[in-house]
Amino acid sequence: MDFSLAAVLPQIFTGLVLGMLFVLLAIGLSLIFGLMTVVNFSHGALYMLGAYFTVFFLGYTRNFWLALLLAPLMVGTFGLLIERFLIRRLYGRSPDDPLLLTFGLSLVLIETAKIIWGKIGLTLDPPRELAGTVNLGFMIFPAYRLFVIAVTIVVLFGLWAFLTRTNVGLIIRAGSRDPLMVRALGINLNRIWLLVFGIGCGLAGLAGALAGPMRGAYAEMGVTMVIESFVVVVVGGMGSLLGAVVAGILMGQVVGITTYFAPKAAEIMVFVVMAVVLLVRPSGIFGEAGLAE
Amino acid sequence: MASISRRKFLGATGATAGAVAAHGLFPSVLRAQAEPLRIGCPLPLTGPFAALAADMQRGAQLAVDELNAKGGVMGRKVEVLFRDDELKPAVGAQRTKELIENQKCQFIVGGLAAHVQMAINEQTKKAKVLFISTSQSDEISAKPDTSPITFHEALNPTITSRVMGTWIAQNLGKKWWIIYADYAWGKQNNAVLQDTLKKQGGTLLGATPYPLGSAEFSAHLPKIQAAKPDVLVSVTPGADNIAYLKQARSFGMDKTMKLAQPLLWISYLKEGGPELYSDIYGSINWYWELQDTIPSAKKFVEASMKKFNMPPGDYGAYSYSGVLEVGRGVELAKSTDAEAVANALRKSPVYDHFKGKEWWRACDNKAMQDMWIVKGRGPGKTKGDWGLMDIVAKVAADEKYDRTCAEKGFV
Repeated sequence: MDFSLAAVLPQIFTGLVLGMLFVLLAIGLSLIFGLMTVVNFSHGALYMLGAYFTVFFLGYTRNFWLALLLAPLMVGTFGLLIERFLIRRLYGRSPDDPLLLTFGLSLVLIETAKIIWGKIGLTLDPPRELAGTVNLGFMIFPAYRLFVIAVTIVVLFGLWAFLTRTNVGLIIRAGSRDPLMVRALGINLNRIWLLVFGIGCGLAGLAGALAGPMRGAYAEMGVTMVIESFVVVVVGGMGSLLGAVVAGILMGQVVGITTYFAPKAAEIMVFVVMAVVLLVRPSGIFGEAGLAE
Repeated sequence: MASISRRKFLGATGATAGAVAAHGLFPSVLRAQAEPLRIGCPLPLTGPFAALAADMQRGAQLAVDELNAKGGVMGRKVEVLFRDDELKPAVGAQRTKELIENQKCQFIVGGLAAHVQMAINEQTKKAKVLFISTSQSDEISAKPDTSPITFHEALNPTITSRVMGTWIAQNLGKKWWIIYADYAWGKQNNAVLQDTLKKQGGTLLGATPYPLGSAEFSAHLPKIQAAKPDVLVSVTPGADNIAYLKQARSFGMDKTMKLAQPLLWISYLKEGGPELYSDIYGSINWYWELQDTIPSAKKFVEASMKKFNMPPGDYGAYSYSGVLEVGRGVELAKSTDAEAVANALRKSPVYDHFKGKEWWRACDNKAMQDMWIVKGRGPGKTKGDWGLMDIVAKVAADEKYDRTCAEKGFV
């Protein structure tokens, strides 16, 4: 077994792409939880919808870039409808209620996807411009995966700017700290919640759209991803966006490096890391005590 | 005094005459009302093997149609009942039990994933129901798992990996890396491939297990890329095969090494497309273009084209043959008793339903059959929608490719 940096570096780089998908999913989950204390179990199904919508729009427009734009928008819009017509009715009730609702919703979405798009799954190719490989010096890497890293960084930067540089962002941040005070200032938090839920779902849709050309689209594709993303959220700290980013990248590395040394342990290691982090920091790396209780 | 009115007498006579006449006129209709012969077919209709399972569903349906068109089996109509085993052993066992106990299925034909098929076999053994397995597995026809009423229609890892492994070592290169799905069938193939490579004097650079049903292979690939094998041999069944090939190609591995695998499946070639499968080598139990040379293959393809407007696939052929063997066994035994049918099949072991002569080996009820080495046709070289492979070589059926009866625990 080769332990040198030259051997492990390609592994780290590959793990980075996995991490990017975790980050996109976890940040949406964390955003929704942080503001609304809703544990959105339908996140994996929305990730799946993102991949299928990309296939659909690609078939319709014959333009990958347009499909990549439209699919997350479509999933985001769907998220708005979920919040407006389903989740909104459960505010003020036990946090278990939205959890059960979204879990049920994910089952409905998976079965519906099977009815509409079939049980077999669909394949999806990256656009011609990104179909090739890039020689990074230490390894040959798919151009499309570099693109996934780039898109995620751009989206994260945009989200950060939105939350810290705009008035709406200010309200969102304030709302997650003290909803009562924000309401007292005469701000309609219902609209903010709607928007945040839509953005969170849109990010899940984007993760699915980006994953499609690497993994294809199939009905159960979100089932394990949602579990791993929750692990990421818990490790990063429930509700912490910085935590979601750091933990997402960390988990990508855990999978990548474990696969190098002990491929069979890669899946379990994610949970081992979670257990260790929770023992040392019960509220996660960047979590605030009290938020997740 | 007991008397009968004239009207009643005439009515009764008329009804009797009518019934007799009807019996004479429509014997098959009346006979069809007898209990149908029911065959249960548990398959992973959802999940990564869904495309193969759909193919098997069509194959079994064609066989049932063919049997019923001939007037059924011993005058009884044949029915096939499909159940989704969800690729889970516990579900497979539960569905099989339900098929046998509630649906009164007298035969089970099916199973696709090795570990689920073993769970199905536990149920059929317990219920004393004849089982024709259409899954690839070494252990289904070996002691202690097998039984005198368990038959195995499919190829197995020993046969495919010995034949294909030898061919790869002799034609593509002797420095290998193996990537395999971490479950019964994958592990068996890995073991046989390693053994075959050693016998051919080759070098194994590494072997990587991955979880079955995975869509993400990228974390495995850099290490393989760095090791620079001549051939990357993949045991990646079902939908995994497409995800794996896409990712291996996206990392440019098709340019620096040969990609080969013990098996190819037409369902996934169709789904993945010729570009993905161009120059990928594998073996196969059957391919529809064999209809050009094999009469039973032609008949099978024609029936499928007529009913489904597509040719049958490699795994559909297994279930087609399995159901027809149930029909043949029952007719031979003149009984539906599992042991009687099993004995009848062992006594007349030779059959030909879709690929030329096959036979049941007496010790382990394993079907001995020809196989073919094939390669994906690249874009522009395909023929129609389904002409996706070139046949590279034929490997005639021979018991020497499987483990011997002694190796399988029969003395």
